[in-house]
Amino acid sequence: MENEKLSLPNYNIPEDLENVVAITTLDRLYNWGRRSSVWPLMFGLACCAIEMIAAQTARYDMARFGMEVMRPTPRQADMMLVSGTVTKKMLPAIIRLYNQMPEPKYVVAMGACASSGGPFKEGYNVVAGIDKFLPVDVYIPGCPPTPQALIAGMIKLQEKIDKQSIKKVRWYEKGKVDSNYVPMPILGPDLIDVRRNAEIKQAASQKTTQESV
Amino acid sequence: MAAPASTQTVDLVARFPDSVSADARPGYTGFIVKKENLLEVATSVRDEFGYDLLTAVTGVDYLAENKMEVVYHAYKTTGGMGLTFKVQVDRVDPVEVPSVVGIWAGADFQEREAWDLLGIKFTGHPDLRRILMWEGYEGHPLRKDWQEPFFEEEAKPFKSRWPDGQHTFAENKNPFRDNLKFPEGFDPEAYKPENEDDLYASLERFRSKGENDRLKTDHIVVNMGPHHPSTHGVLRVAVTLDGETITGLKPVMGYLHRNHDKIGERNTYLQIIPYTDRLDYFNSMSNNFGYVTTIEKLMKIPVAERAEYIRVIMAELSRIQNHLIFIGMLMNDLGTMYTPSLYAFEERELVLDIFEAVSGARMMCNYFRFGGVVRDIPDFAMQKIKDLVFDRLPAKTDEMERFLNENEVLVARLKGIHVLNAEDAIKYSVTGPVLRAAGVPYDLRRAEPYSIYDRFDFDVAVRHNADMMDNYLIRFDEIRQSLRILEQAIKQIPEGPINSQKPAYQVRVPAGEAYGRIESPKGELGFYVVSNGKPNPYRYHVRPASFVNLQAVESMCIGAKIADFVALLAMFDIVMGELDR
Repeated sequence: MENEKLSLPNYNIPEDLENVVAITTLDRLYNWGRRSSVWPLMFGLACCAIEMIAAQTARYDMARFGMEVMRPTPRQADMMLVSGTVTKKMLPAIIRLYNQMPEPKYVVAMGACASSGGPFKEGYNVVAGIDKFLPVDVYIPGCPPTPQALIAGMIKLQEKIDKQSIKKVRWYEKGKVDSNYVPMPILGPDLIDVRRNAEIKQAASQKTTQESV
Repeated sequence: MAAPASTQTVDLVARFPDSVSADARPGYTGFIVKKENLLEVATSVRDEFGYDLLTAVTGVDYLAENKMEVVYHAYKTTGGMGLTFKVQVDRVDPVEVPSVVGIWAGADFQEREAWDLLGIKFTGHPDLRRILMWEGYEGHPLRKDWQEPFFEEEAKPFKSRWPDGQHTFAENKNPFRDNLKFPEGFDPEAYKPENEDDLYASLERFRSKGENDRLKTDHIVVNMGPHHPSTHGVLRVAVTLDGETITGLKPVMGYLHRNHDKIGERNTYLQIIPYTDRLDYFNSMSNNFGYVTTIEKLMKIPVAERAEYIRVIMAELSRIQNHLIFIGMLMNDLGTMYTPSLYAFEERELVLDIFEAVSGARMMCNYFRFGGVVRDIPDFAMQKIKDLVFDRLPAKTDEMERFLNENEVLVARLKGIHVLNAEDAIKYSVTGPVLRAAGVPYDLRRAEPYSIYDRFDFDVAVRHNADMMDNYLIRFDEIRQSLRILEQAIKQIPEGPINSQKPAYQVRVPAGEAYGRIESPKGELGFYVVSNGKPNPYRYHVRPASFVNLQAVESMCIGAKIADFVALLAMFDIVMGELDR
């Protein structure tokens, strides 16, 4: 780590100790450690997953940014890369994986589908963007995004991590351990988001005049 | 350079004058069979006429005529033209058609799909459950009177987008403000979700009955997936295990079902091409190839000579990189984490560079057009292709083989583990390398040559042991044959226009039906398109290789060890985009 990034500026260190001692804040040290070892969940949904693999291979080599340790289990992962179309049938599995990830955790929506539904938005089995359920930190455009775009998105995530403060992050706040718990949706006649039960009931009791719109 | 083995068509009407009539609708071919006689005629088609491979089964909803039609495409594994026959039933629920699973086991998944998406009940089907959507889902989406929650208009381009340009978010038009559709008066709190008892009950079917011969043990059910590092995507497999031996297995799919068919029926013919890219996302060029070939069949237009060669070059490059990735991923599944696949991806990147140079995109090329291709190959890309084909790829293939083939662990894992014998493979409609590794030289490039494959000198790769080792080695054989084709194509490619048609946003497709198929790296990729003369297809159906091949996985894995299962599954080289569509 270069001195200027980790050390506090404007703090006078005697010249003979300059290469031995660094004075910094806890936040910077903490974030430096976290940003350089983001472990993504080994989790591919669709086409974007192939570009995610490509970004891991020799030509693009995401390991340069400390993000190469893909973990198949959510218990060991820091970041969920939603790489592809989120379907209604798959959504409960994704939510379960997310809930199983320990804090700190981040969500990156890779590609048009994960961000908004993309070209498949009109499909009856497609969730129009994972952000309807999970809090997304970074959106990466593209269909699929090139490995370069993916890496750019990952760097954006690192910048976001850099800005967090140990005093304010949600996973150290008392009584807020499960603040990011997302209730499991249910697969019924269509996808039931249990947070919106009342709204759904109310809309369904009225006559659904879709054609008149 | 063999000509197609047989070009004569069978006269079913002469054989069954009472129950079969020729399909006389303009643009249609084949025969219409009476529902009551379907099984009798189908048995005769298989046994008397020798159509042993039932490739595609699908339904069409003719709303205006108040009919539901089931279309069967049968072929001979010795090659030649196919036989199409149809059953028509009244469109009154329950729509019932006898199941042909007893005759061709390969109809299994496709009949389930027709039940799921079109609501055609196949009587006598042993396990008729929904396949792509979940149990409890409301409606059969591919019916013409069923509208998706974000429905806007019957066909694109939507008036709100063009020429008006007054687009609002689809969410604002839906009463639930999302991609949702609930029956009237639905109460989510009172709803009890369907459980998966049917799935687990179907696992019991194959449980071994020989209780006397060994110690009785409890069987356990293990669910692999949909999130599992080695199911090649979001496939889920429910297995029952007796110790380490698999006693029952059912694949559960639909986790990537993104409604390709329904969206395709709203799209114009040209708009479908980029969607086909996203079917088998390793081989967008092959998918384009299959689709445009089908539509060209319907439109009866020629393809520009130079474009034919470009198409073959792209399709074969695609096959090579697909097989390299297959080998890399198989090694991953066997436990050689990452190193071989890194080698494979290195070559893949070079092929993708070429795709990017000709089409502008690495993966989703959207490169083929009706009558040709969209751009010519630039000179520097042609030079790259030559370097790859004549120098680098042959050497790298040899290198891969040298590194891997003799490896003791690899040989121990692969040799002698049975995959599928020829008889079963044909029974389950398996095509592609798995069928050829079982000793059946069935390759559509030879069996029913499309495009210009009849001009090239190449051998159909075939191996005979039907074990995992042969399934693995045959990919190398196919890479070598593809390189042979490429060498000839590069030498013969003529100068000239790259499209026989003028570029157009809308194409005129005469009414009728067509089933086009190509040899994709995974097997037979088929497209069944029904046109009614409008700018959008009336029925658009994809017959993916992965989906149909996967039918055999159940019988193939029963009795195998769970540790081999992952590798056995890898043999089919499934891609979920294509499998679930």
